[in-house]
Amino acid sequence: MQTTLDFDRVFRALADGTRRDIVRRGIAGEEGVAELAEHYPMSFAAVQKHVAILERAGLVTKVRVGRRKVVRTNLEGLRRARGLLDRYEELWRGRVDRMTALVTEAKEADT
Amino acid sequence: MTVTAVRKDPQALTMTIDAEFDAPPERVWQLWADPRQLERWWGPPTYPATFTRHDLAPGSRVEYHMTGPEGDQPHGYWDIVEVDPPRSLVFRDGFANEDGSPSTELPLTTARVTIEEIGSGRTRMSIQSRFPSTEAMEQVLALGAEEGLRQAVGQIDAILAEDHVSRSTP
Repeated sequence: MQTTLDFDRVFRALADGTRRDIVRRGIAGEEGVAELAEHYPMSFAAVQKHVAILERAGLVTKVRVGRRKVVRTNLEGLRRARGLLDRYEELWRGRVDRMTALVTEAKEADT
Repeated sequence: MTVTAVRKDPQALTMTIDAEFDAPPERVWQLWADPRQLERWWGPPTYPATFTRHDLAPGSRVEYHMTGPEGDQPHGYWDIVEVDPPRSLVFRDGFANEDGSPSTELPLTTARVTIEEIGSGRTRMSIQSRFPSTEAMEQVLALGAEEGLRQAVGQIDAILAEDHVSRSTP
């Protein structure tokens, strides 16, 4: 399924440490909100709020497994958000490589 | 490796890349100040850049186009904000229409270049790029920047194999 990611939402969602940890745990995708809440020194309601923010950003979904609902990370969404900054890094790395080559070659030509 | 650090701040929408050169700051500054040198690194080998207007003074506009393998010529410009040779350069980096006029549909990024001596004839250059929004960032990557990405590997060798063209100062 190809969905359009709202990158502003994605990055805001990932700006919080607890939410990043929920995303990390959601990769295994075996815990519901109640189990997740046990990992953090905060209320069930607070954790539920974090999960809701991640859901709206498209980073996690609640999936029914038997009688329970578990929180699963949307790996595709995560990959694309990360990829955005990675691609920009690659562009500038290319430029810096070419700058280095220029400085180096001029130096060698001088000696 | 010349790139010594890359910092990404998704919240502030900035990416900062640090690089070190075995050359004094004045030499590194020439990479920006001499359009013939700039042309050799701004665009990737398949999309070389040609700078048609280049004056690094606050308020002035630098204009360039790139030429692709199919003859396509994406245009771009910089609006110079601050200049302090050989230490710093701040400019807004934008896309332009074919006649060179700034595109109003595509976003500007702001680049802040800082150059400092770190001793033993070495220089650190730091380039911070700031996007106005993540949507803008996606647009920039989809349009102007993409050509460069396939070329990341192997381009150093290609440049080194070339003749020693364009050296700024005799």
